[in-house]
Amino acid sequence: MTPPVRVVLVDDHRLFRSGVRAELGPRVDVVGEADDVASAIAAIVALTPDVVLLDVHLPGGGGAEVLRAILPQLPDVRFLAVSVSDAAEDVIGTIRAGARGYVTKTISGADLTDAVVRVADGDAVFSPRLAGFVLDAFAATDAPSIDPELDALTAREREVLRLIARGYAYKEIARELFISVKTVETHVSSVLRKLQLSNRHELTRWATDRRLV
Amino acid sequence: MVAGVARGLADHIGVDVLVVRALFVILAFGGGAGIAMYAAFWAFVGPVPTGPDDGGLAPRTVGHERRGRVGRDRFGDSGQYVALAAVAIGGVLAVQSLGLGLPGRLLWPLALTAFGAAVLWRQADEAQRTRWRSAVGNPRPRLVTTVAGAALVFAGAATFLAYHEQLGQVRNGLLSTAVLVTGVAVITGPWWLGTVRALSSERRARIREQERAELAAHLHDSVLHTLALIQRHVEDPREVQRLARGQERELRTWLYRPSSDQERDFGRALERVLAEIEDSQGVSIDVVVVGECSLDDRLAATLQAVREAALNAAKHSGSEAISVYAEVEPLKVTVFVRDRGKGFDMNAVPEDRLGVKESVVGRMERHGGKAFIRTAPGEGTEVRLEMELK
Repeated sequence: MTPPVRVVLVDDHRLFRSGVRAELGPRVDVVGEADDVASAIAAIVALTPDVVLLDVHLPGGGGAEVLRAILPQLPDVRFLAVSVSDAAEDVIGTIRAGARGYVTKTISGADLTDAVVRVADGDAVFSPRLAGFVLDAFAATDAPSIDPELDALTAREREVLRLIARGYAYKEIARELFISVKTVETHVSSVLRKLQLSNRHELTRWATDRRLV
Repeated sequence: MVAGVARGLADHIGVDVLVVRALFVILAFGGGAGIAMYAAFWAFVGPVPTGPDDGGLAPRTVGHERRGRVGRDRFGDSGQYVALAAVAIGGVLAVQSLGLGLPGRLLWPLALTAFGAAVLWRQADEAQRTRWRSAVGNPRPRLVTTVAGAALVFAGAATFLAYHEQLGQVRNGLLSTAVLVTGVAVITGPWWLGTVRALSSERRARIREQERAELAAHLHDSVLHTLALIQRHVEDPREVQRLARGQERELRTWLYRPSSDQERDFGRALERVLAEIEDSQGVSIDVVVVGECSLDDRLAATLQAVREAALNAAKHSGSEAISVYAEVEPLKVTVFVRDRGKGFDMNAVPEDRLGVKESVVGRMERHGGKAFIRTAPGEGTEVRLEMELK
């Protein structure tokens, strides 16, 4: 059996931290907690965890600030954003700052554990809402793209995202498309990379234009 | 015409402005009562703010009578000055005819002064009005009229003096007056500035206070109320879940979504329909909408079909969570309603059970759309609805 995933919890609500701590299964080991940007950076540097569960709205600059401070020096630490906000601005902004996934705080303990393990393995975690945002953002493309490889989704990636948006788990997607779970993960990671690296300004503008829930 | 009193009254009591004006004129001939009334109205009744003011705040309650925007009148500002001049000349003639015996050389300077003063007073009036409205107009014309009015008063006073005194003395007098006026302006300047600043900061504070009160009212009506309900239902987790979920949705809408012109949007309508089901059935429904388009009768039918499908899932599947995904493409709209419940055997549904056949499949087909149901016992159910866009 693989050793448990070492996790640092960053959230300014103590109740939420203790709730998550209690809910996460034995596959995850919470090694530290922090409640603002400064303490989060200190804890992550000191503990070098596998995964950081990062609240998007954080005193001292927000989750994106932690990402920008940590990723250049510790590129192997992986971040999973957790938030009550479903606003496109927050979701897209955090992903583009470097988080490898985004889940809402209403997620069940089992699903959160799965997500943490998946992010620790280097995969991306997309909630249905995030998948919807990505489809929407990449569909709204009238302007010619600068880098076709980064600025558009392949038909397969679109299919995978649609199924995620419809509430399918990776396993179900694999069965639906007659591909392996590993291939589904590859597609999602590729979408994540495009989402982070594409410099199409539409992405950011789209997100700020639509202050959607 | 002079200060907009007649128009204000007319607007307030709802009769033609000419009628009011005529009444004033008649009363004026009847011993001058009209003139007195007009003056009284002008002096004591505040103007009504016109147009959008600073964020819809308190001034709406101030003063009703004098909707004095003469500028909106056909005659415009110049008409008003003509009226003022007429009043001035009329006043002069009245004094003359009453035989108060003022010699002409004394009288015309006085009339000139009065006219200038009237312009200035009207100006102050206007300034007060523009403070209620957000001051959008450029201040140049106001400056011009102010200077012109002041010049008139000054000229009137100067001619008056010139007739009586030696011109040299007048020059000395004018000089000392100018020095005096400048001195007063320098002394009182900071005070005026301070007053203006105090006024604007007070207004800002009032806006903040208003916003805070609105927020408090909203939180009280919705969040506190729900929290109270939750405390009373601690023994019923399903009800607690339902209350919390409903409140969460409402608060999100209030926080993140601009309220304007979203009534006809398909995505918003879909969310509303599903929110009702969440509330009535106590399930949680995750809705993801990609793209947007406005509602028409075919999409309204699609919404009805979605509603039926989601209701079926909520009532019969046994699943606590339902996923709804809607995608608007240029030519069609596709909606998926999915649960992970117990599913059913399509062939085993008795013929007389109209639920799915009529309300979902039949409804879509009648409106030129399609519906597909994929289910098996133990596999959950997914309903796919497709409607082409016109």
